[in-house]
Amino acid sequence: MSGVPQPITWQLATVSAIRPETANVKTFAFSLPDWQPHMPGQHYDLRLTAADGYQAQRSYSIASPPEQAGGVELSIERLPDGEVSAFMHDTVMVGDRIELRGPIGGYFVWSAVSGGPLLLIAGGSGIVPLMAMLRERAAAGARQPATLLYSSRSRDEAIYFDELAQLAGSAGSSGLTVIHTLTRSQPPGWTGYSRRIDAAMLREVLARTDPNATVFICGPTPLVESAAGSLVDLGVPASRIRTERFGPTGN
Amino acid sequence: MDDLNQEEDPTDWMRLDGNAVAGALMEWFGMEMTAASGECNHCGNVAAIGTLHAYTRGPGIVLRCSACQGIVLRLVQTPSGSLLDARGTAWLARPTSAA
Repeated sequence: MSGVPQPITWQLATVSAIRPETANVKTFAFSLPDWQPHMPGQHYDLRLTAADGYQAQRSYSIASPPEQAGGVELSIERLPDGEVSAFMHDTVMVGDRIELRGPIGGYFVWSAVSGGPLLLIAGGSGIVPLMAMLRERAAAGARQPATLLYSSRSRDEAIYFDELAQLAGSAGSSGLTVIHTLTRSQPPGWTGYSRRIDAAMLREVLARTDPNATVFICGPTPLVESAAGSLVDLGVPASRIRTERFGPTGN
Repeated sequence: MDDLNQEEDPTDWMRLDGNAVAGALMEWFGMEMTAASGECNHCGNVAAIGTLHAYTRGPGIVLRCSACQGIVLRLVQTPSGSLLDARGTAWLARPTSAA
């Protein structure tokens, strides 16, 4: 990007598409009047203003790669007591205008152009910023090895399940390994992991990971902190681990 | 400073990190801050702002050192504007080029 910083201010975005991903997750595509390319891992702030002036604001990770110019996609999980997420899921329609501010972030970011090998660890909706990284990696035709460990309650609740299989299995050597762990229920014949992420699992995953990988961990706070701690105990330098906490689990 | 023991304090499992308050920090500093590093004035730990533990449930935003849990930065809304309390920060440093 050029050296002149552009101010990040609120802009009125238009919902251009809404796509269900799982029972509780929808992807909202927005067209932005002042779009600027983002780095995978960044997020947008979203603000709702009620008629009486009351405002509610949340941050949502960008799911789309920067190659999709002119707009962004945010995959939003509907939380049971979520003020903003419930409104987005239950009320918002294509054509509605929503205030967004971004792209925001500079620590929890990776780019296929400059970035090296990856170990991505996600829990639940923590997959969203990591998916932006994998989508950009695919769009750039990048070859750095990448390993994803993704914890979900079940196959149906694993966001982007089919697309991840496609990215991992794409023709030629995609260099992407996708490892799921389904913690509550598994489909018939499932031979993969079926428990929460723990040190033993991480040791096995590390054996399938490039030794120079930068680690990005995103999801519920307990998962993120536990995984980061275990990785440090397993010898991964703390300086190569980046974390983004999403707070308490939405489940 | 008050210690946060995660067995005693259930709010630990709701804590976020500097990434979650990046927008508010950008409002104050006029630039992206999560990649900036700072020294904790309590214990000397140096870390990226993105790694600080963020608490947003109370009034304002509190960013705590991940090593000693001391408050590094505090951002509160006041009747006439907003206040950034940086007494917990010895210094901040930012990378040379914007991403």
